[in-house]
Amino acid sequence: METHSYLPVPPGVGMEENFLSLDDILLSHERLPSRTECTFPRLGFLEKSSDSRDIQEGTKMEMPLFLAKGLYERKRRVVSVELPKVYKEGWRTVFNADPTVVDLHKMGPYYYGLGSQLLHFDSPENPEIAQAVLQTFIGRFRRTMDSSQNAYNEDTSALGIWFHLELKATGQKRND
Amino acid sequence: PTLCLYSVTTTNEAKSEGKSELIPTIKFRHCCLLRNQRCIAAYLYVSFFQRQETNWTEDGRVMLEWFNQYKKSLATFMRSLGGEEGLDITQDMKPPKSLYIEVRCLKDHGEFEIDDGTIILLKKNSQHFLPRWKCEQLIRQGVLEHIMS
Repeated sequence: METHSYLPVPPGVGMEENFLSLDDILLSHERLPSRTECTFPRLGFLEKSSDSRDIQEGTKMEMPLFLAKGLYERKRRVVSVELPKVYKEGWRTVFNADPTVVDLHKMGPYYYGLGSQLLHFDSPENPEIAQAVLQTFIGRFRRTMDSSQNAYNEDTSALGIWFHLELKATGQKRND
Repeated sequence: PTLCLYSVTTTNEAKSEGKSELIPTIKFRHCCLLRNQRCIAAYLYVSFFQRQETNWTEDGRVMLEWFNQYKKSLATFMRSLGGEEGLDITQDMKPPKSLYIEVRCLKDHGEFEIDDGTIILLKKNSQHFLPRWKCEQLIRQGVLEHIMS
């Protein structure tokens, strides 16, 4: 009888998610600033700020990625997603100038993953976002490799995880 | 289960009374149901594979085979329920009254790890205060006994 060794399901590559990957599940829990483009009857109880029975069209809310992805349609009848600050032009310029300077962890734990997932929402800035995420990865790659292999007396496991997340971005390049 | 019920009621209403404006709500709930299903599936995946790594004794192999069969049957069954959503039957059908429960250990079970990494030694007749959902399987197996005071 075979025994299977326990291999955790890795995160998906590029714009894909792996259904059973815990990393992807946590990633898709991240919230995105969004706006409803239609009414959601009887779900008013979710919206603390208003007493309405329904969620009105035009309500701004922070929606988790899984919900935004599930509801989004190309014809944009349902929900529209705004780019988080880190992926907007201002920050993209910063990353372009020097990607190694930014504290990526402070920007949210899933910069590369979330950046890739944002591409699902057909923003006109998609090519720029994809470029920015990719170039940031390339820019940081060498320093991350050095740090993870040469850390003296430091716990390298945290860096390893960080590196693993950063590796996701390479898959995205091949999808473009 | 409540979410599923709301979803089914709304869907029926939309279909029979032609209320198409309910569709966004249905989609919303559908997303949430799928989300729950995904989390449960991932949990089951992790818990079943981790079980195969623990220190089994002679009857461990039998247990292992049983687990594999159980896992397959459970997955098939859950998929077959409720159309495309499936339904998870390993959760309580009524909301549990408390998150933690008092349990007594009926037989030696060795070490048991709970979520924050703490290891509890399950020795016969020892009593513990543990998260309900973590104990459920062991209660079903007869290892733990729920003490209701």
